Amino acid sequence: MIEIKNLHVKLEKEDKKILKGLNLSIGAGEVHAIMGPNGSGKSTLSYVLSGREGYEVTGGLVMLDGVKLLDMEPQERAAAGLFLAFQYPVEIPGVSNMTFLRTAVNAQRKARGEEEMSASEFLKVVREKAKTLKIDVDMLKRSMNVGFSGGEKKRNEILQMAMLEPRMCILDETDSGLDVDAMKLVSEGVNALRSPRRSFLVITHYQRLLDHIKPDVVHIMAAGRIIKTGGPELALQVENNGYADLLAEGV
Amino acid sequence: MLLDVAKRDALAARIANLSIPTGGGWLGAARAEALARLLAMGLPGKRDEYWRYTDPSSLTTAVPPKTPLFATDNELMPFSGLDRLKLVFIDGVFDAVQSDDLALAGVEIERLGIAGRSDIHWAQSLYGVLEARGQMPVERPLSALNSAFATDGVLVRVKGNAERPISLIYHSNSENSDAILHHCVSVEEGAEITILENGPAGARFNKVIEVDLAKGARFHHISAQGRNHQCRAVTHIFARLAEGALFKSFTLTANSLLTRNEAVIELLGDDAMAHVAGAALGDRNFHHDDTVFVTHAGQRCESRQVFKNVLKNGAVGVFQGKILVKNGAQKTDGYQISQSLLLDGDSQFFAKPELEIYADDVKCSHGSTSGAIDETALFYLRSRGVPTQMAQGLLVLAFLAEAISEIDDNSISDLIRAQLEGWLV
Repeated sequence: MIEIKNLHVKLEKEDKKILKGLNLSIGAGEVHAIMGPNGSGKSTLSYVLSGREGYEVTGGLVMLDGVKLLDMEPQERAAAGLFLAFQYPVEIPGVSNMTFLRTAVNAQRKARGEEEMSASEFLKVVREKAKTLKIDVDMLKRSMNVGFSGGEKKRNEILQMAMLEPRMCILDETDSGLDVDAMKLVSEGVNALRSPRRSFLVITHYQRLLDHIKPDVVHIMAAGRIIKTGGPELALQVENNGYADLLAEGV
Repeated sequence: MLLDVAKRDALAARIANLSIPTGGGWLGAARAEALARLLAMGLPGKRDEYWRYTDPSSLTTAVPPKTPLFATDNELMPFSGLDRLKLVFIDGVFDAVQSDDLALAGVEIERLGIAGRSDIHWAQSLYGVLEARGQMPVERPLSALNSAFATDGVLVRVKGNAERPISLIYHSNSENSDAILHHCVSVEEGAEITILENGPAGARFNKVIEVDLAKGARFHHISAQGRNHQCRAVTHIFARLAEGALFKSFTLTANSLLTRNEAVIELLGDDAMAHVAGAALGDRNFHHDDTVFVTHAGQRCESRQVFKNVLKNGAVGVFQGKILVKNGAQKTDGYQISQSLLLDGDSQFFAKPELEIYADDVKCSHGSTSGAIDETALFYLRSRGVPTQMAQGLLVLAFLAEAISEIDDNSISDLIRAQLEGWLV
């Protein structure tokens, strides 16, 4: 599904290297988790993959289903099936959730040469999906994320994911700011979207999210590289012993 | 005060081509008084403090600069489809053929020229009267010129709740027309009306509306100028509010060469409320000026000024807003916000917010900001697959939302939003 080869990234405005030769390969239907201490470059990886400005790729390659991802604009990446669930979903006063979602769904369909969704069909689908995520339809009429609680914002991200049906989903610290119940709800939403044709990259600090979203592979990231890869037991090891041992090993 | 020679000559040249419409009656007297006011003031010049950010010269020349006609055919008129009473003016002249009959239950509508011939008329106490009051403390000569020389207009007396809006539709078929319209609206106790305006009225347009609101009267005004790229306009709306009255005015302006909209509002009775809002979208050689003067005389009145400008490619926006709270106008609640979204480094926004307060128990606030588009929000939208231009359009709409939400009637604000969406997204 996605293939990251020897990716080097620095900040555009300063001479600060963040990713230093990162390799990662995720197959169709797989769920990979990336854990790592603060500042290891986890969020940068998610931003670079989704095309945020402010970063400069100085080397390496990213292929999404055989297409060069880094050459594309953010909206083209989205239409190609990439989705980033933001760590801090952005508040946009004045743009309603409903308008935003319908615009996004239809813009992607248009970009792929598919037929746009009619207003009534859209409404039906969005209602259905909102219901499973326990999102009130009234909330959808309100401005994008404005006045939403932390949990509501994250559920809203998952709703967008469900509506846009991406093939490659990146969840950037989706568990941050969530209480236990909200984390369960969000995880259920994610799990419902798991399919043999859809892959996930789950970035997190804590093992507890991985109790709900069970990964196939766990990577440990430090200083801009993957330093260790293993099964779910790796996450438990981090939970119990912290990163110190792994970092010492990695060096 | 004696006018300097240059001003006197400019005024003489401007009015040489104009003649006071004949017909005598009460209107003749009102016009003569307005002309006297104008002669005493002279025309505005760019050295005048009140015209510091807007050059009035193209509004004051003897003949309007030649203006290519804007094809409105492919542009949907914002209020089409709305149930309304249509009154059509072509280059400043009422067109009976295209207009509906001047009949609306609970409302008297008359043409200015015809009603002006009688000796006595209710509009005598309104026409030119609020305009004259509005000349203090700041002179507004172009409104006096309007009262003296207006070629047409309507006089509207509202006695009950008007069942549908009156829609003033302006067309221009001439590259040289110099349209001068003057409307008066009197809303009697507890009555309510909505006035809509749209369309390019002429190569150059000078418009005055005087609004008198009795106790508990409610007045809604929505003016949506289309994308008439080449036009020049100066408009004044003067309003006087009695106890508990409501005044709401919203203007949408896009891409005209020069627009100066002045609103002069007096809250005379207690517990009255006046909201003035505007959204302006400017591209290239666009100059837009909202000048507002709100006077609080009654107690516990509320006023809001909400103005948003979106500017690109060197467009210029101006906001001059004043709240004057008179001695004794206790518990005044005044709010004023003017904001611009500058889509590039070439565009400019000038804001001059003013508060002058002579009462000690009031709440007044004002704010003004200029900024670029929020890059984080733009990226968020793009990351969901929305193309850059469309994402920018959505953010522009969002920026304008506060001003548009000042329109009470949702069916009308939806039309305004839809028109903007058509332009932007």
